[in-house]
Amino acid sequence: MEAIGQLVVILGTIGVVMVTVLLHVAYLTYLERKVLGWMQDRMGPMEVGYHGLLQPLADGLKLFMKEDIIPSGANKIIFSLAPILSLIPALIGFAVVPWGDGQLTIPLPWIGDVTFRPFVTDLNIGILYVLALSSVGAYGVLLGGWASNSKYSLLGGLRSAAQVISYELALGMSLVGVLLMAGSLSLVKIAQAQAGGFWHWYAFALPFPQIVALVLYGIAAVAETNRLPFDLPEAESELVAGFFTEYSGMRFAFFFLAEYANMILVSCIATIVFLGGWHAPFPFLDFVPGIIWFLLKVYVFLFGFFWIRATLPRLRYDQLMTFGWKVMIPLVLANIVITSIAQYFWMN
Amino acid sequence: MAPLLFFYFGGVIVGTATLVVTLRNPIYSAISLLVTFFHVAGIFVLLNAEFIAAVQILVYAGAILVLYLFVVMLLNLKREERYHRQYLVGAFLGVVILTELALIFFRTTFRAGIGPFTPAHLQSVGNTEAVGMALFTTYLLPFEVASLILLVAMVGAIILAKRVVPR
Repeated sequence: MEAIGQLVVILGTIGVVMVTVLLHVAYLTYLERKVLGWMQDRMGPMEVGYHGLLQPLADGLKLFMKEDIIPSGANKIIFSLAPILSLIPALIGFAVVPWGDGQLTIPLPWIGDVTFRPFVTDLNIGILYVLALSSVGAYGVLLGGWASNSKYSLLGGLRSAAQVISYELALGMSLVGVLLMAGSLSLVKIAQAQAGGFWHWYAFALPFPQIVALVLYGIAAVAETNRLPFDLPEAESELVAGFFTEYSGMRFAFFFLAEYANMILVSCIATIVFLGGWHAPFPFLDFVPGIIWFLLKVYVFLFGFFWIRATLPRLRYDQLMTFGWKVMIPLVLANIVITSIAQYFWMN
Repeated sequence: MAPLLFFYFGGVIVGTATLVVTLRNPIYSAISLLVTFFHVAGIFVLLNAEFIAAVQILVYAGAILVLYLFVVMLLNLKREERYHRQYLVGAFLGVVILTELALIFFRTTFRAGIGPFTPAHLQSVGNTEAVGMALFTTYLLPFEVASLILLVAMVGAIILAKRVVPR
């Protein structure tokens, strides 16, 4: 009975997380088109439903019905495997993301009381788990580009691999300052340590506010998710569509979903690590449920992604690499050194 | 449950590791190696070493193997036949390694005493903290030597790759 109860809890939480993430992914594409539209002084999608609200459904249906084309020279096995390899790491990363505090106990008939908590699992190495998955996500892009047997795809895949490896270093190391201050790798513990007002959030907390690390994390996250101005792997003016040039229908949709799921994932991590997770900015605002604060902060980041896309032109490839290795990495290393010195004197 | 999982992970590791060296297409070899790495990480999780499991995926699967794939794709070796004319050297090295393994096998005590890092101990201090303490106190010198070797490799790579800029 106990085991069945636990199974119900685990499967229920996973189901809720998956459905929520996929819904957010679907409506993120709509939101992006709307925001870009407003920024460029046009309406965005308006045709399907009230103000285009059903547009994601129409798009999904269209992609589902489209013919699935595999190029004749392609490696069929790897060509089919690559989109899945890209989507799975992006989705299972959400297993360690906590979106609130406390727990919810529901008495179920025949099974007994089951306790739901606001995360799938609290791994003691949560941050490393997310970083490991984001690095594995590069395989889908790389293999997809290679298996398509097209020069544009191959170049897109190779560019992406080089870019992801370079910016992953900066991404991982920009979190080290917070790890030094929190003394834990668990996302739940890091978020819990930031309770009680925005001056306890690690972006603003003493001994050394991680605001620089937050900016560096944001830049590295944009590069890691292959978004403008770092979308060299899919630069349409030189590479058609990059690694997914040859993909169509559902396989294309998988790459697309993976990109948006990764955007949400990096925004969730930034929210939890730097901006206090589900905590309210002032103690007197604690009556608002944590999930609302959490979503609000995540959407601030996502809006930032759109804003940057609408504002900045694409970098040249050598500029991208030079910036990653000669600007980002020295800055994150300096942040680690300063934070550890400050933390050492703070603790004594 | 744990022995069952161990045999699953061990079996897949042996199987995919064999595929890595027997498959003709280097891309397939690399994908088999990826599967091997994930199952090695699974064994680490069974041993209560979550930190090492995550680092295994992060470093080996996420960085090193991606670079292998990168190079293989750039060279575009579909079928590399050259390596299959080295039976003599291969057989010799195989015999040497097999002898070493046999020697180790017959001299190992299969039930060693319980060390200081029991699951209970790891639960109380934390897995990552235990690895950090061991690495930066007991094994500080080997750690520094390893980083020095990596530094030498980095300097070597820069010197090899650096073009001489004409003045």
